[in-house]
Amino acid sequence: MSKVIHIKGRAVPVVGDDIDTDRIIPARYLKEITFSKMGNYPFYDERFNADGSKKDHPFNRPEYQGASILLGNVNFGCGSSREHAPQSLVRWGIRAIVAESFAEIFAGNCVMLGTPALVASKEDVAKLQKLAKDEPQTEFNVDLESMSVQAGSLVVPVKLPESRRKALVEGTWDSTALLLANADKVKATAQKLGYL
Amino acid sequence: MAKNTLYNKVWDAHNVATLPTGQTQLFIGLHLVHEVTSPQAFDMLRERGLKVAYPNRTFATMDHIVPTKSQIRPFADVEAEQMMQAIEVNTKEFGVNFFDFASGRQGVVHIIGPELGLTQPGQTIACGDSHTSTHGAFGTLAFGIGTSQVRDVLATQCLAMDPMKVRRIEINGKLKSGVTPKDVALYIINRLGVKGGLGYAYEYAGDVFDSMTMEGRMTVCNMSIEGGARAGYVNPDETTFAYLKGREYSPKGADWDAAVARWKKLASEKNAEYDDVVRYNAADIEPMVTWGVTPGQSVGVRQTLPDPATIADSGERQSVELAYKHMKLKPGQKTSDIAINVAFVGSCTNGRIEDLRAAAAVAKGRKVAQGVEAFVVPGSMKVREQAMQEGLDKIFTEAGFEWRLAGCSMCLAMNPDQLKGDQISASSSNRNFIGRQGSPTGRTLLMSPAMVAAAAIAGHVVDVRELSV
Ligand code: SF4
Repeated sequence: MSKVIHIKGRAVPVVGDDIDTDRIIPARYLKEITFSKMGNYPFYDERFNADGSKKDHPFNRPEYQGASILLGNVNFGCGSSREHAPQSLVRWGIRAIVAESFAEIFAGNCVMLGTPALVASKEDVAKLQKLAKDEPQTEFNVDLESMSVQAGSLVVPVKLPESRRKALVEGTWDSTALLLANADKVKATAQKLGYL
Repeated sequence: MAKNTLYNKVWDAHNVATLPTGQTQLFIGLHLVHEVTSPQAFDMLRERGLKVAYPNRTFATMDHIVPTKSQIRPFADVEAEQMMQAIEVNTKEFGVNFFDFASGRQGVVHIIGPELGLTQPGQTIACGDSHTSTHGAFGTLAFGIGTSQVRDVLATQCLAMDPMKVRRIEINGKLKSGVTPKDVALYIINRLGVKGGLGYAYEYAGDVFDSMTMEGRMTVCNMSIEGGARAGYVNPDETTFAYLKGREYSPKGADWDAAVARWKKLASEKNAEYDDVVRYNAADIEPMVTWGVTPGQSVGVRQTLPDPATIADSGERQSVELAYKHMKLKPGQKTSDIAINVAFVGSCTNGRIEDLRAAAAVAKGRKVAQGVEAFVVPGSMKVREQAMQEGLDKIFTEAGFEWRLAGCSMCLAMNPDQLKGDQISASSSNRNFIGRQGSPTGRTLLMSPAMVAAAAIAGHVVDVRELSV
């Protein structure tokens, strides 16, 4: 599994608190039994009118096509546990998300896809969003070793629980193999529970 | 770090090992599976040549996509039919227990776990669904997971987890008449905010929860996630044990006695330490209604809608402004000024028998207002059967409500039950997010099942206490 240490690319600001997973991906797209087409749907109802014509949304603007870092605000990804939400962002091209805070299940789902969900202060997020808005061509550098984001003349610290940082940096973010390795201990734990 | 709480005991008992990343490998005692978040996980097992590690601890059903008017196969919706076939094939191939229509046990996953006695105190429970927090009502540690984690649980019966903090929410005193567990849940979220619970498990305690029924406790625990808390629980007590006694999967005979003895040791100790404690007075809680686009944007039914200008935090103010725009409502409006088009009683929050009884008590002998589309969706086939034995279906249909088959229905509208255009619904479900009920411009008002029934009859939001039951 690949190590996730440095992520470079342009950033797309998606401004607003409590952006929930129903907004990131409307439930009707959850009817597909594979994730393969999810990249077509992020923020669908905010990007397209009923007749398919485009609305003004950062994910539609030409300057943010090909962006790989999403800049969000408070409680990003709240709501349902649907992995379809991070899947849709990742398959659209997002490889790191920086926000003021994340819903817990969403942040966990991101790590499972090798995508860091990084927390920065309100002020720093505002600065990053402003830069991405004013100068969308700016290259952002996410660094999980120094735990910072550098863009233009800005360098801001970011946070990620150490266990998740380790999993990404060491390339063990796909946890199945780690969990399988302890099969004997799993059996021992199960035997002690008294309810199996 | 919390100490000596139920959370600590359950976590420690299921702690398999510390992973190289520093995370805990947590054993999952019960894995619930539904059709929407599992097909990709089963595919991942196939790709990697893995089996389901504990098929006897894995139980599947279908709820999200099933139509509630007719469940005759094949479903009219081709994608829904494909999804049904996928769960049928997957559960068969991997040897997983499956509650389909023919079993008579199908229903919303969080309703059937408890009603079958699968959910038991002291378990860890995971499901690819955020409202897994519901099961915490039994003194379990239960939380929602994403599809890659579903894969992990299927393959290993374990999850890689970081510990949670524990906040005790204590509500003492007596609830006013007409105030239900749903109102308690909405009140807590209103006070602590939709992100107040990030990183926490909530322990609900105090007089209000001590005297609450199991179904009420499930309603409150269900909504933990709407307050940002991935899990919420109530310490198990005699009410818990009485609910479980005699259920299909509950222990029997000597096993029952041993189980109860074990369950009695689970509650948080008197000397437990919490990361945070908040206290509220039961008497301050009114029947609640959401007016916005997050479950925290709510008011007591007799209050007027809030003024965004009074909100100091810019992010929150923007959220509220967005909510007003979407909802086409105005600050200062009375809740009773909000006319509704649709009334929905159902979901894993409020689709259990007590919820249906509460709604029926309001509907009895009354008529749904003209122009309102009202329907009742039992949370499971068993709830439906019980309701029909009690004659609730007749009360509803005589009042003008449609009586449907079990499923998630308009809680998330992945099935034919959807709002159209900017219709506004009174809904006993749990989320009022933009687009949640199937129409990008649709609008949702969350409230208790009794309040939904009252709104259906009045044609607008109304304090249920004004319609004397
Ligand atoms: S009833 Fe609603 S919240 Fe509950 S599982 Fe179904 S869709 Fe999810």
